[in-house]
Amino acid sequence: MAVAVWAIAFTRNLFSVVVLSGVYSFLMATVLVALDAVDVAMTEAAVGAGVSTVLLLAALRLCKSEEAKPAHKPWLPLAVSVSTSVLLVYGAWGLPDFGDPEAPIHKNVVPRYLNNEVDVPNVVTAVLASFRAYDTLGETVVVFTAGAGIIALLRRRKKNPDNKGGGA
Amino acid sequence: MLAHFTNVITVFLMVAGLFIITARGNLIKKLVGLSLFQTSVYLLYITPGKLIGGTAPILSPAYTVYSNPLPHVLILTAIVVGVSTLALGLALTVRIREAYGSIEEDEILALDHSVEDDEARESH
Repeated sequence: MAVAVWAIAFTRNLFSVVVLSGVYSFLMATVLVALDAVDVAMTEAAVGAGVSTVLLLAALRLCKSEEAKPAHKPWLPLAVSVSTSVLLVYGAWGLPDFGDPEAPIHKNVVPRYLNNEVDVPNVVTAVLASFRAYDTLGETVVVFTAGAGIIALLRRRKKNPDNKGGGA
Repeated sequence: MLAHFTNVITVFLMVAGLFIITARGNLIKKLVGLSLFQTSVYLLYITPGKLIGGTAPILSPAYTVYSNPLPHVLILTAIVVGVSTLALGLALTVRIREAYGSIEEDEILALDHSVEDDEARESH
């Protein structure tokens, strides 16, 4: 995964970058299976590796697929990134240990979720559609807004006949 | 060290995404960096929910220890929202490419500055 990330950062052909990000998404999905998040892994494989790659390729078809050489050396972003990572790792030391059953995350509302109150064996589905249904409603509102925004952005192109057709 | 190894991986991915967003001028590359950053947030949420010896949160009489389902739900939402922001960003990129003929940040800024210079010269 680190190799894929490194290659994404330093490859200048955007087509390779898009394919590498698909590879990265599949690797992330396997990691999520190992962490018991099977629903998330399925969504990541379908949406992260599938839909995102298709969207990026559609956008690449409308744009140039080669990145320009960077005009200046990236020392300032590198310094910012390294100092941020040092701060974050220092902060992570204050978090509970990995796999600690006494961590606060396991003690709060989750025992109730695992009680099978809504009679659906898949707890993730139960929480998504019943306990936190308003969150899911908000999510669909966000997706609808994004879709409306994309239509508003891309529809105006029809007035210029010299532009290529096709949506992203 | 081992107890926080997962957090170190998360931080590495997060900072790699941050580096790509800040250091690369190409708008599509920036969006790929943004989704990299997002996947690191998935890990940040999911790893604390894992229990050693636990299983996926699908209830069954054969198991008693389940990993925490709540982060999974939140991240399912985050993935879908992430892909919609990616799609919106790509639509913006396509529009920018039509308006400027380029998706490189430096060239777009140079074009903007040259337009400003022309306007300043005309007003004098």
